[in-house]
Amino acid sequence: MSTTLEPPGTPAPPVPHPGIKGAAVRRGDRLFVGLSRGAGVLILVTMAAIAVFLIWKSIPGLQANTANFFTTAEWFPDQKPSVFGIAALTFGTLMTAGIAMLLAVPVGVGIALFIAHYASRRLASTLGFVTDLLAAVPSIIFGMWGIQYLTPHLVGLGQWLNDYLGFIPLFANEAGIYSRSILNAGIVLAIMILPTISAITREVFVQTPRAHIEAALALGATRWEMVRMAIFPFSRPGMISASMLGLGRALGETIAVALMLSATYDINIHITQPGGITFASNIALKWNEAGTIGLSALVASGLVLFVITLAVNMAARLVIARRAEFSGAN
Amino acid sequence: MAKRIDVTDLDIYYGAFKAVEGVTFSVEPRSVTALIGPSGCGKSTVLRTLNRMHEVIPGAYADGSVLLDGEDVYGSDVDPVNVRRTIGMVFQRPNPFPTMSIKDNVLAGLKLQSGRRPKSEMETVVERSLRGANLWDEVKDRLDRPGASLSGGQQQRLCIARAIAVEPQVLLMDEPCSALDPISTLAIEDLIEELKERYTIVIVTHNMQQAARVSDTTAFFNLAGVGKPGRLIEIAATQVMFSNPTQQATEDYISGRFG
Ligand SMILES: Nc1ncnc2c1ncn2[C@@H]1O[C@H](COP(=O)(O)OP(=O)(O)O)[C@@H](O)[C@H]1O
Ligand SMILES: [Mg+2]
Repeated sequence: MSTTLEPPGTPAPPVPHPGIKGAAVRRGDRLFVGLSRGAGVLILVTMAAIAVFLIWKSIPGLQANTANFFTTAEWFPDQKPSVFGIAALTFGTLMTAGIAMLLAVPVGVGIALFIAHYASRRLASTLGFVTDLLAAVPSIIFGMWGIQYLTPHLVGLGQWLNDYLGFIPLFANEAGIYSRSILNAGIVLAIMILPTISAITREVFVQTPRAHIEAALALGATRWEMVRMAIFPFSRPGMISASMLGLGRALGETIAVALMLSATYDINIHITQPGGITFASNIALKWNEAGTIGLSALVASGLVLFVITLAVNMAARLVIARRAEFSGAN
Repeated sequence: MAKRIDVTDLDIYYGAFKAVEGVTFSVEPRSVTALIGPSGCGKSTVLRTLNRMHEVIPGAYADGSVLLDGEDVYGSDVDPVNVRRTIGMVFQRPNPFPTMSIKDNVLAGLKLQSGRRPKSEMETVVERSLRGANLWDEVKDRLDRPGASLSGGQQQRLCIARAIAVEPQVLLMDEPCSALDPISTLAIEDLIEELKERYTIVIVTHNMQQAARVSDTTAFFNLAGVGKPGRLIEIAATQVMFSNPTQQATEDYISGRFG
């Protein structure tokens, strides 16, 4: 430590000042920028590659098709002449996913809210653990459980809907058969996407700044008013993305839906009756027995599913961005 | 509408930890009482006990009595929600609701209390409260902009407007200027001077000059050591406290000779 021993008054040797000119090369920064940029580009390239593949492979089928691809509710691509269209798939997919969302979003948000702001710490961690566990159950298990166990138990619900709401065509069931229905598939999907929705909303709920919560309480808000004043507005973007993730899973879910639905290719607006088919389950069911045109037709339907999920995600982003100014992120 | 507060033998806990012990004092209506003392002596804790905000922290509770014009704030038939509607609060960091416009921030408490009201009445309340908080001229052309678009000082005055929009009987302020620049601080001090004509005000401050400038009564809190509960050492008229305190600790603290 020679410097400390120098007598006072001896000027310290001048340290060369780096000056302010010259672009400093910071290795870490550049590495990081490079990595994140590379990852972004890689994702875009993958997406583009998938889109190109889907478009390329669907051309032969679409060219062979003699029916309207969008409005036809039949699927005979390998016949001569080839006849197929996605109307039934669009209907079945949107209905099952819609039912799943209708059930899973409110319940998932409710569970998340209970865990984050109502339950005791002990109960909260147990519940959080259980919902996370639910997310880890493979979908084939949900499918088997749904068809073997849940379906018989849902007959009562179908009958009730028919008895009391049967005047609405959606719930009418003149056949009196309640298995393998769109409603049942939607309910199983709801259970499957529930943990996704509740786990993510719970994460955003607990991040609500203490200051916002206390601001509401100090104004004389009850607990529920506080939730609506402070927690929901702050968590809105997170709740939307959680729901969209759930929706993405519901739209694309294959095996559980394939087990739950009858393999008929039709549009049945009576959602408690057997019938209905979705993009993903149709592909899974038909892939192995499809001919050349059949495969191409399935890829074309896959392209539509790809576009639907992209559109859903972009719509969600638009909703979030529209009120970004009020988001509290600043 | 301003009411008096009488605190008797208050012990305040965070779970097993006793943060404040044996506090007794009174606050006159239409006066400003400043709570001063070193960091951690329990000023915020005492303040939050007055409007039952203390108990929103898990495990936190208080023992003793707090009377608002003779009525026990901790009575078994008292709803803490109503207490907080009667005793408004302004926090250390400005905390307007970021998802609400300036106007909706001002109306937030009012909407809780009485639901929908005629639009004209709402507008009257917005203007009256913002004028009351000396903010009207600065924001009257952008009432629909987000509250978070304002400067820190403006945000704090917005929070004051939000608190007085519901015409509380008491206004509690926890270091309302500590996050603000000197000019905003002066604006808020002027405002406190005006507000005390209508409200009973209790303000926590770590700034002695501020206590001397704005308050009529000053209460000095201290704690014997880390982990020990804070206590009220002395309370008196502000001029007396600053010129002639009876306790050595008070004098040491006020003169900056605090160890
Ligand atoms: N949320 C809390 N949980 C546990 N202890 C707390 C909490 N808030 C404050 N305390 C403790 O209570 C005592 C008083 O704190 P506080 O009232 O914030 O002091 P002051 O406002 O005078 O600085 C301190 O010892 C502090 O550590
Ligand atoms: Mg404090």
